[in-house]
Amino acid sequence: MKRYLKICMAAMIISGLLLSGCGKKEKQDPDSTSQSGVMKVGMVSDLGGVMDQSFNESAWEGLLRAQNELGIKIGYLESNNNSDYGPNLESLTDAGNSLIWSIGFMMGDAALEAAKANPEQKYGIVDMAYGNNTPPNLISVLFKSEQASFLVGYIAGRMTKTNKVGFIGGIKGFIIDSFDYGFHAGVNYANADVKILRQYVESFSDAAKGKSIANQMYQQGADIVFHASGPVGDGVIEAAKEKSKWAIGVDKDQNSLAPDNVLTSAIKRVDNAIFNIVSDLQKGKFAGGATVVYGLKEGGVDIAPSSDKHVPKEILSEVAELKTKIIRKEIVIPYNAKTYEKFYIAKQ
Amino acid sequence: MLSDIGFILGTTLMYATPLIYAALGAAISENSGVVNLGLEGMMYMGAFIGATVGYYLGNPWIAFLAAGAVGALVACLHGIACISFNADHVVSGIAINFFSIGFALFLCRIFFDGATMSLSLNFDQKMPRPFNGAFEPNSFGDLVFNQYATVYLAFILVLIVWYLLYKTRIGLRIRSVGEHPKAADTLGINVSRVRYLAVILSGVFAGFGGAAMSIAIVSRFSPTLISGHGFIAIAAMIFGKWKPQGAMLACLLFGSAKGFEIFLGASGLEIDLGIFKIGMSSQILAMLPYAVTLVVLVGFVGKAVAPSAVGLQYEKEA
Repeated sequence: MKRYLKICMAAMIISGLLLSGCGKKEKQDPDSTSQSGVMKVGMVSDLGGVMDQSFNESAWEGLLRAQNELGIKIGYLESNNNSDYGPNLESLTDAGNSLIWSIGFMMGDAALEAAKANPEQKYGIVDMAYGNNTPPNLISVLFKSEQASFLVGYIAGRMTKTNKVGFIGGIKGFIIDSFDYGFHAGVNYANADVKILRQYVESFSDAAKGKSIANQMYQQGADIVFHASGPVGDGVIEAAKEKSKWAIGVDKDQNSLAPDNVLTSAIKRVDNAIFNIVSDLQKGKFAGGATVVYGLKEGGVDIAPSSDKHVPKEILSEVAELKTKIIRKEIVIPYNAKTYEKFYIAKQ
Repeated sequence: MLSDIGFILGTTLMYATPLIYAALGAAISENSGVVNLGLEGMMYMGAFIGATVGYYLGNPWIAFLAAGAVGALVACLHGIACISFNADHVVSGIAINFFSIGFALFLCRIFFDGATMSLSLNFDQKMPRPFNGAFEPNSFGDLVFNQYATVYLAFILVLIVWYLLYKTRIGLRIRSVGEHPKAADTLGINVSRVRYLAVILSGVFAGFGGAAMSIAIVSRFSPTLISGHGFIAIAAMIFGKWKPQGAMLACLLFGSAKGFEIFLGASGLEIDLGIFKIGMSSQILAMLPYAVTLVVLVGFVGKAVAPSAVGLQYEKEA
C-alpha cells in the first residue's frame, strides 16, 4: 500500500512538472515576439501544399518578399486533408503570430471559426468573402478574375483564325463564373463575330475529361481554348500540344507546361495582395472585417509576363490601353450572367 | 457525324486504358483469393514514378517499366500483410492507399524542389503514338486510332492475362488457390507463393495503369491525377465477373459513357418529351457514366460469382 502511494505521488509530481512546463511555454511565445519587436506572419496552405505552382506558392512568395523587404518572420503549415485546417490554424495561433493567412476558399469555414474563437488574433483569407458577417479580426481578399479573363479573352478574340474559341470551366459557381463571363466579354469586345464554345468539366481533378473536352473543341474548329479548371487544365494544355493549337492558362504563368502552345495566362497576384496587407499591418493599419478586392488597379490580376512570346506587339499595346480603360472604369467587366447582359447591351 | 462517332470512340479508348490496366491487376489478385483495394495507391505511386523516371531519364519505356516495378514493390507490402501475416485484406488495402499517396507526395517534393507536381515531359519523353500522322488530321481514323502505345498494349495484355489465367498451369493454380486453398494445398500447391505472385502481378498492372495516365494522357504527375481510378477499376472487374475480358468490356462501357457525356455536353442537347423539355445540365451529364454502370450491372449482367475464397486468409494447418 505504501509503495502504491509512493508511485502515485511520483506520478503526480512528474505530471505536475510537465504541465507547468507546458503552461510556461505557451505564455513565453507571444511575449518573446513582442519583446524582440519582430512581427511574425504565418500561413496555412490548402491541399495543394505550399509549392503547388499555383496560388499557395504565390502567397508564399508574397510572404518571402515581406521577409526580405520588411524584415518580418514568416512560417507556414501545410494541410494534407480538409480536417487539418482547424488544427493548423490553432497551432499558428498558439505560436504567437501577428497575422495568420488561410489560402483558398476551401478553408473558408475553418478560418471563420478560428477568427470567432480568438478575437484577439488577426486572420486573413484569400478567395473567400463573408460579406457583413466578416468578424472584425478577419480580412478577406478577393480577386477580380474577370478583368484578367477579359484581357486574355481580348487576345483570343484578336488572334483566332477560325473565329471560334473555347472556354472550359471546372465546377460552375460564382468564382468560375467571373472567369467565364469576363472571357466572353473580352472575346466579344475584340470581335463580335467570334463564336465561343463553353463546357464545364464538373470536376477540378479529372484531367482526362479536360483533355477530351478540349479535343472536341479543337475538332469543332476552335483554335484557342481558355481553361479555368485547376489541375484539369493539365489535360487541356496536353490537348493543345498534341493538336498544335493554343491554350490559355490560369492563376499562374502556365507557359512552362507547353512553351509553344500556351498563348498567355490570366494570372492572380496573390503575392502582391499578401505583401500589401502585411506591409500595412506593420504600419499599424489593418482593415479587419472588410473584404478587400484586388483588381488590375491594385496589381492583383494581370496577364502572364510570358505573353510577349506569342502575342504580337500591336495586340499587347491594345491590351495595355484596355488595362488603363479598366482601371479608369471606362470599361466595367461583367462577372456573372446578369452583368454580362448589361455589358452586351451597353456595347451595342 | 462520322467524326462525332470517331470522337466518342477515341475518348472511350483514352478513358478506358488506365482502368483496363488496373482492372486486369484486380482480376489476377482476386482470382487468387486476395482482395486488393490498394490498387488506387499502387496506381498513384506508378503515376508518380512514371512521370519522374520519364523526366530524368527521358525514355518512356523505362519509365513505364519502373512504374510497374514500384507497383510491384507496394503490392509486396500488401502481400506481406495479407498472406504472411493474415491481416484483413480490406484494412491493408486502405492503409496502402493512404501510405502511397503520402509517400508519393513526399518523394515528389524531394525530386522537384518542394513541388507536389512533376515538371512536364516533352513529346519525345512521352509514350509514342504509333499511328501519329498515318491518317489525315481530324479524320475518323485519326480520331479513333491516333492513340498512345499504352492503349494498344492494354488490349494485348488483356489477351495475355486471359491466356495466363485460363490456358496455363500457373493460371489454374492461381484460380485454385482462390477457389479452395485447402484443396490446392493438399495437392501440393504452395498457396502463399502463388498468392504472392498474383498480388505482385496485380501491383505491376496497377503501376502500368498509373503511368498510362502520367506519361500518355497527360505529361506530368499532379496530386489529383489519380482520383478514384483504382476503385472504378475494381468495380469494373466485379462487373466483368472476375474475368479479364469482362473487366475490359466494363472499362470500355464506362469510357464510352464518358465519351457520350462529353459529346452531349458540347451540343447542349435538349430532350423534347412533347409535354416538356429536359435540358441536359452538365451536372446531370456528369452522373451519366455511373448511372449507366449501375443500370447495366443490375439489369443485364446477371449473377456474378466471386472466387469462393476471396478475402479469406489461409492458414496452413500444422
